Amino acid sequence: MNEPILELRGINKSFGPVHVLHDVDLTVRAGEVTALVGDNGAGKSTLVKCIAGIHGMDSGEVLFEGQPVHVHNPRQAAALGIEVVYQDLALCENLDIVQNMFLGRERTDNGLLDEAAMELAARKTLASLSVRTVKSVRTLVSALSGGQRQTVAIAKSVLWDSKVVLLDEPTAALGVAQTRQVLDLVRRLAEQGLGVVLISHNMNDVFEVSDRIATLFLGRMAAQLPTKDLTHSQVVELITAGRSGDLGLARPDVATV
Amino acid sequence: MTDSPTAPPATSAGPGVADTGSAISDFGIDTTSRSTGEALRDYVGRVRGGELGPLPALLGLAILLVIFSSLSGNFFTLNNIANLMSQGAGETIIAMGIVFVLLLGEIDLSAGTASGVTAAVLALHLFNDGNLLKPMGTAVYYAFVIVLVVAALLAAFMRIWIGAVFAIAGAGIMLSGLGANPWLEMVLAVCVGTGIGCLTGFLVSKVGMPSFVVTLALFIAWYGVILQIIGGLGELSIRQSPVLFDVANSNLDALGSWIVFVAGAGGFAAVVLFRHFRRLNKGLVAQPTTLVVVKAIVVLALGAGATYLLTLNRSPNPDLTTISGVPYVVPIILALLVIGTFVLDRTRYGRHIYAVGGNREAARRAGINVDKIRMSVFVICSSVAAVGAIVFSSKVGEVDGTAGNGNTLLFAVGAAVIGGTSLFGGKGRVRDAVLGGAVLATVQNGLGLLGFQAAPVNIITGLVLLVAAAVDALSRRKTIAH
Repeated sequence: MNEPILELRGINKSFGPVHVLHDVDLTVRAGEVTALVGDNGAGKSTLVKCIAGIHGMDSGEVLFEGQPVHVHNPRQAAALGIEVVYQDLALCENLDIVQNMFLGRERTDNGLLDEAAMELAARKTLASLSVRTVKSVRTLVSALSGGQRQTVAIAKSVLWDSKVVLLDEPTAALGVAQTRQVLDLVRRLAEQGLGVVLISHNMNDVFEVSDRIATLFLGRMAAQLPTKDLTHSQVVELITAGRSGDLGLARPDVATV
Repeated sequence: MTDSPTAPPATSAGPGVADTGSAISDFGIDTTSRSTGEALRDYVGRVRGGELGPLPALLGLAILLVIFSSLSGNFFTLNNIANLMSQGAGETIIAMGIVFVLLLGEIDLSAGTASGVTAAVLALHLFNDGNLLKPMGTAVYYAFVIVLVVAALLAAFMRIWIGAVFAIAGAGIMLSGLGANPWLEMVLAVCVGTGIGCLTGFLVSKVGMPSFVVTLALFIAWYGVILQIIGGLGELSIRQSPVLFDVANSNLDALGSWIVFVAGAGGFAAVVLFRHFRRLNKGLVAQPTTLVVVKAIVVLALGAGATYLLTLNRSPNPDLTTISGVPYVVPIILALLVIGTFVLDRTRYGRHIYAVGGNREAARRAGINVDKIRMSVFVICSSVAAVGAIVFSSKVGEVDGTAGNGNTLLFAVGAAVIGGTSLFGGKGRVRDAVLGGAVLATVQNGLGLLGFQAAPVNIITGLVLLVAAAVDALSRRKTIAH
C-alpha cells in the first residue's frame, strides 16, 4: 500500500446558493493513478480547481504529505508540487515545446533566457517519460498533433519536481492511437512515484490505467475503491445513481440533498 | 507507435528525417546537426506550410527594385537609394513599436497622431526656448502636465516603473522651463510618447476596452491636441537647430560609417557564429554550420558593399557639393532593431509577449501578468513612435498641424504587416518593420520618380498593404488547418 500524498477531508464548496461539493473526502496516493469519475455536473472539475487553488474551499482540510496545508492560489499549489493539466491544454501554439514547458518559469542566466539549460531539461524530462513521438524539442506546438500536444502538456507538469498531477480529461479529444500514448504516459507518471489524479468519462481508460476509482455523485464522494474490486457496471451505477448494491451512498431518502 | 506530425504536411522535413524520426529515441535527432540539404528542405517545407517569414517582403522588394531600376534611370542611383532610406525612416521606426502591439493581436491606431503630438511639443519647446506655458495657454499647459502625471501614476500602479519614470520626467521637463536644447527636446518628445502609451495601455488592459476603439478615439483626440497646441502657428521650422535637422538629413563621416559597419554587420556575424558554436558544444538543436557561416558572410559582404558605396560622393553635382557617408538614420534604426530583437528573443519579458499573443489564457495560467504585458506594449509603441516623430520632423525640417496625420499610421501598420508580422498576434519580429518600411518607401519613391501623382501612389500603396494582409491571413489559415 502506497503512502497517501494528498488527502482531502470534508471539503465543502458553494457557488452562491449552489452547494457543489458536500463533505468530499479524497485520498491520492503516491505511485498510483486515482481516477476521478462522475457524471456531468458531479463536481469533478470544481474539486480539481479547489485542489489547484483556483477556487477557495468553504470548509474542509487538506493534508499534503501528512501536513495540513492551505492553498489559496495556483502559485501556492505549484510551490507544493501540485500541477494541473487542463482539458483545454493551455499551450501557446506560436511557441515551441521548450518554450511552452518553461512558460512563466523560464530559467535565466544573468537576466537573460538560458535557452541551453531549458532545452536540455526539457529533453531530459521527455526522455524520462519515454516520449519519442516528437521529432525535435524545438518544434512549434502548432505543428503537433492533439496527442503530441497533450504529451507536452503532461510533460510540462512533471518538469517541476511535482508530486501530484491532476489530469482533466486528457484523452477526450484524441484518436485511438493517441489515447494509447497518453495512457501509457499517465501510467509512467505513477511509476515515477507521482500521485496522479485522472478525470475521465471513458470507462475503458479508467479501468486500464487506474489503481483506484473515486466516484462523485451530485457533489458527494460516493465511493473510493481499488479498481480491481470494481466492475464496469458497478462504476456506471455509482456514477448514475450514487450507489451500487452495498457500495456508495446510503439510500437517497436517508441522505437528503 | 509513431505519431507523425499532421500539421503542415511538409514540416516533417525531408524523407530522411521522417523515416528515422521514430527510430531515434530520446531526441537523438536533436543532438545531431542536420545537413545543409536537410535544413534547406526543412525550410522549403515550412514555407509551403505557411510559415513565410520575411520571404514575401524580400521577394517584393527585389521585384520592385528591378521594376523601378528598369523604368527610371534615376532610381538606382546612390543618391536616390540613400535618400530613400531617410524618406521612410520615421514611419519605419513607428512600425517597429507597432510590432510589439501587433504581437498581442492588438492594434494602435493612435500611434501616428500620438507621434504628431510629441513632434508638436518638441517643436514648440524649441521655438519658445522651453517656455511651453505661453504658447499653450494656461489651461492646456496644466491639463497636459496633469495628464502626464496621471499617466505616470497609472504606470506606477501597474508596476511599469520605466514608463512611470519617463512620464513623470516629461512633466518635470515641461514644468522646469529649461531653455531650448535639441537633446532635451528629443528626451521630452520620448517622455510625452511614453505618457501617451501609459494612458492607452491602461485603457486597453485594465479598463478592458478593445484596443481598436480606444486607439480610434485617441487617434481623433490627439489630432485635436496637435491642432490645439500648434494649429494656429503655421509651420514651425526646426532647421534652426542643426542637431535636430541633421538627424534625418545628414550623414556620418567615412570613419563613422565604417564603425557602424563593424558594430552592425560585424557584431551580427560575431553573435550568430558565437551562439551557433556554443549550441553545438552543448549538444543543442542547431542549424548546419555551413548555413550559419554563409549567412554571416552574406551579411558582412552586403554590409561592406553598402558601406563602401555610401562613403562615395553621391552628390548630383559632384563638382559643387559632396554628399557621402552612411545616413544617421541607419545607425538609429539598427540600434532600435538590435534592442527590440534582443528584448523579444532573449528576455523573459519578450517571451511573455509572444505567449500572451499566442494564447492569453495559457499565459495567464502560467502565472504571467497578462494585464501588465498588455499595457507595456502600448507604452513601448508610443515611446518608439516619438523617436519616429523626431526622425520624420527632422526629414521635413518643420512641424505643422498635420504632423503624424494622413498616411503616417497606414504606413507604419502597413510596414509591419508587409514585413510579415501577423495581425492576429503571436507572430512577428522587429525586423519585419524594417523590411516592410523599405518596401513601402521604395513604392513611394519609385512611383514618385516615374512621375505618378498622389492618387495612383496612394491606390498602389493601399493595394500593396492589402496583398500583405491577405498573405498573412492565408498563411495563417494554412498553418492552422490540420
